[in-house]
Amino acid sequence: MILLETVDLSKQFGDVHACDRVNFTVNKGEFLSLVGSNGAGKTSLVNLISGHLTPDSGRILFEGKDITFAKVYERIRAGIARSFQIVNLFDALTVFDNVALSIFSRERKIAKIAALADRDRDVRRETFDVLGQFGLADKSAVPAGGLAQGERKLLDVAVAYALRPKLLFLDEPTSGVSTRDKTQIMDTVSSVVRAGAVTAVVIEHDMDVVFRYSDRIVMMHEGRFLADGTPEAIKANRDVANILLGVPLSA
Amino acid sequence: MTADVSSVQPKLLLFAAAAVVLILLALLPPFIGLYQTQLLIYGLIAAIAALGFNLLLGYTGLLSFGHSAFFGIGAYSVAFLLRDAGIRSMELYILIGLPVAALTSALFGYICVRHTRIFFGILTLALSQVLWTLTYKFFWVTGGSDGLRVARPTLLAGMVSFTGRDAFQRFINGYYYYVLAVFAICVVIMWVIVHSPFGKALQAIRDNETRAAFLGLRIRRFRWVAFLISGTFTGLAGILWVPLNGLTTPEVLYWPFSGEIVFMTLLGGFRNFTGPIVGGILFTYLKTYAVAATEYWQLLLGVVLVLLVMLLPTGIVGAISAAATKLRWKEKPA
Repeated sequence: MILLETVDLSKQFGDVHACDRVNFTVNKGEFLSLVGSNGAGKTSLVNLISGHLTPDSGRILFEGKDITFAKVYERIRAGIARSFQIVNLFDALTVFDNVALSIFSRERKIAKIAALADRDRDVRRETFDVLGQFGLADKSAVPAGGLAQGERKLLDVAVAYALRPKLLFLDEPTSGVSTRDKTQIMDTVSSVVRAGAVTAVVIEHDMDVVFRYSDRIVMMHEGRFLADGTPEAIKANRDVANILLGVPLSA
Repeated sequence: MTADVSSVQPKLLLFAAAAVVLILLALLPPFIGLYQTQLLIYGLIAAIAALGFNLLLGYTGLLSFGHSAFFGIGAYSVAFLLRDAGIRSMELYILIGLPVAALTSALFGYICVRHTRIFFGILTLALSQVLWTLTYKFFWVTGGSDGLRVARPTLLAGMVSFTGRDAFQRFINGYYYYVLAVFAICVVIMWVIVHSPFGKALQAIRDNETRAAFLGLRIRRFRWVAFLISGTFTGLAGILWVPLNGLTTPEVLYWPFSGEIVFMTLLGGFRNFTGPIVGGILFTYLKTYAVAATEYWQLLLGVVLVLLVMLLPTGIVGAISAAATKLRWKEKPA
C-alpha cells in the first residue's frame, strides 16, 4: 500500500536541478534507505516532502491527499515527521522537555497556558517511555546541549518519533559518530521504528548500514533516481557500484 | 519515582523563599519610612514591567525597543478615564485599562512578529514613536507636553479613599500593599505561564525556530501571544504607576523609557525568572540616587550599563546563580 507518492517533483537552485521530475513512492511499513553521493538531491527531496522547501513543479500525495502546498504544521498533523542532518535540538531545555514538547504538540496541548507542563501525568509517562526506548531515560534532567554526540543523535530521532508519525524521515542519523556508536544508534532506531510500526525513510552514506537495515534502497544521482530495489538488487547494480566508487556511468 | 522527588524539593524551596520575601516586603514599610516606601512602590511597578518584557526577551528571544508604548497606553488610559468619565476607582482603571493595553499589544504584535532580530526591534521602536508623536501633537486630547494630571484613586471598590489630613501618607502606605498584592499575583501568573506547555514552546522557538516548526508549532502565532501578554503586563505597570506619579506626560512613551525597561532586565538578568524582578527594583533605586547625585546621571547609568554588559552579561541574578552552582560543585566530593 502506497503511503507517500511524488509525481514529477522538481526543484531547481539556479542552474542546479536538486530534484528533476522525481517520482518517488514509499510503501506503508517499509524501512527505506535513500542513498547517493553529496549533492544527489536526497536532502532536497526530504525538504520538499516535509515542507522545508516549496517545489517548482510536481505534486506530493500523502495517503492519497495532495499536500504539495500544505504548511509544515499541517504535514506534521497529517503524520509526517523528520530529523535533521545536523542535530537540531533545543539545547537549553532538558532532554525530558525536548521529547515532552513533541508529545504536547501532538496532543494539541502545546498552547495550554494556565497549566504546569510537568504536572501532565500522561505526557510525563509517555516521555519517560520514549526516552526509555531510546536509552536516554537516565539523562532526562540533563540539558540537551550537555549530551554526547551519539546521544544527541538519538534524542534528535526521539523528538521526531515522539510525534508518533506515520512516516518518519531520518536525515543521516549516524553522521559524525564513531563506528561503534553507529551500530548502536541504528539498532536502537530500527528496533523502535519497527516496533512502533512507523514507516521510515533514512538518508545514509554508510552502505554497510544501508544494506544491513533496509527493506528497500533508492539511489539518487544528480537530482534523479538511478536505482530502486532490494539490498541484493542494489548490490548487484553496476551503475550504483560505479557511482559509489566514483567511476563514470556507462552510456 | 526518584525524578519526581528531586524535582519537587527545589520547587518547595523556591515557594518557601518566595513566601519569605513576600512577608519581608509586607513588614518593611514601618521600618523604612514614607520616602523609601514610595520608592519601593516604583520599584515593584518597574518589576512588573520588566517581568512582562522578559517574557519576550528572555523566553521568546525577541528584543523590543518599544515597550514604552504599552506602559504609556496604560498610564494614559487611567488619565482619560479620570478626565473624561470621572472614574476614580483603581479596580475600574485596571479592568478597563488592561483590555486597552492588550488590544494595543495585539495590534503592534501582529505587525512586529512577522520579523525577528533587528527588524523586530526597529519595528517596535518605530510604532512606539508613532504613539509618542501622536501624544505630543494631539495636545487638545492628551495635554501635549504638559501631560495629564491624575488624582489619587479609591481602592477596593471605593472602600478605601484618601482625602483629608495625612492623605498622602495614608495613600502611600495603602497603595504599597495594593501594588504588592498585584505584584505577587503577576509573579504567580508569569511563573505559571513560563512553566506551562506554552512557555516551554516559547523557549523552544527561542532556541531553535526551525526545529520548533517541525514539531508542528505555529511560530508566528506563539510569538504574537507572547507579545500580547508581555505588552499587557507592561500596560498594567503603567496603570499602577500613574496614580503614584500623579501625572503622565509623553515622556513615558518616548524611546529612552523603552531603553530603561531593557536596562532593568539586563541588570537583573534575562535568562532567569527572578532577574527582571530584581533588575526592576534595583534600577529604580539606581536611577533615583544617580539623579540626586549628579546632573550627568545619564552618563553614570551609561557607564553602569557598559560595565554590566562587559562584566556581568548574565545580570546580577545570573552571576549569583552561576557562583552558587560553582560553589555546589566545589563542595561535592570528587
